[in-house]
Amino acid sequence: MNVSEKTVRGDGTNNSATRNRVSVLVVDDDPTIRTIHKALLSSMGMEVEVASDGQQAVNLHQMGASYNLVFMDMDMPVMDGLQATRKLRAMGIKTMIVGVTSRNFGSDIQDFLQAGLNYCIVKPLTIEKVTPLIGEVIRNM
Amino acid sequence: MEVGQMQRRLLDYTKTLLMEGFLDGQFLQLQQLQDESNPGFVVEVVSLFFDDSEKLLNDLTSALDQPSVDFSRVDSHVHQLKGSSSSIDAQRIKNASLAFRNFCEEQNVEACQRCLQQIKQEYYLARNNLETLFRLEQQIVAAGGSIPMLEMGF
Repeated sequence: MNVSEKTVRGDGTNNSATRNRVSVLVVDDDPTIRTIHKALLSSMGMEVEVASDGQQAVNLHQMGASYNLVFMDMDMPVMDGLQATRKLRAMGIKTMIVGVTSRNFGSDIQDFLQAGLNYCIVKPLTIEKVTPLIGEVIRNM
Repeated sequence: MEVGQMQRRLLDYTKTLLMEGFLDGQFLQLQQLQDESNPGFVVEVVSLFFDDSEKLLNDLTSALDQPSVDFSRVDSHVHQLKGSSSSIDAQRIKNASLAFRNFCEEQNVEACQRCLQQIKQEYYLARNNLETLFRLEQQIVAAGGSIPMLEMGF
């Protein structure tokens, strides 16, 4: 199990979600996209962790990690974004989960939304796409 | 060549790549993520993309060479290529990938193979262009200058 050790303290709380900083988990199997999205979100002042597939994202939450926002890629090996989102919601995770996809078929996006997403956006992430999401997360913190 | 001239040459070259559709605004956003704490960010990301793409192109070549082509596997690789090329703004690779996916749906092997050849050409073109861009940047830094940023909407 590949779990980021710095994410979870012994008491099960997340040491990434420090006061006033939004903590984000980027879930994507593409290393280029993980690198870009992490840099973009960090430049916006967020604490960013990454996972390379849905299973890792689920494992992190099962180990007690929590985030203010999750960006979930749709197509990933091991466990895709739809399965991971369903599992997280079944675990009672209420975090904002935003699907990120390069697909443009409405039916694919609908299926992804119905898995439990709050929103779905088309890759790549940009400051313009992320800013309103962060605003909503902060208002709800 | 003095630094000012090198900087102008870099800006002109970047504009040319933008106008010819090799790059778009997304690349300029990537450049804006590069700073003193992360000076090699763009080179790192672009190198990751090209290494990954090379593997994908090899996998696609092999997949299309099979006597019985697994189109879902081909489609999955092309989808991945489309996604990552859009993130570094390799527009022409992304557009070629879109056409490729249509032929996958039709299960047209010959058309897929033609698309693959086109994507390979775009890949090598993009690689050469960006390597030239990074060489120009390195020359400027080696001469003690700073990398000028093109404003969006130039």
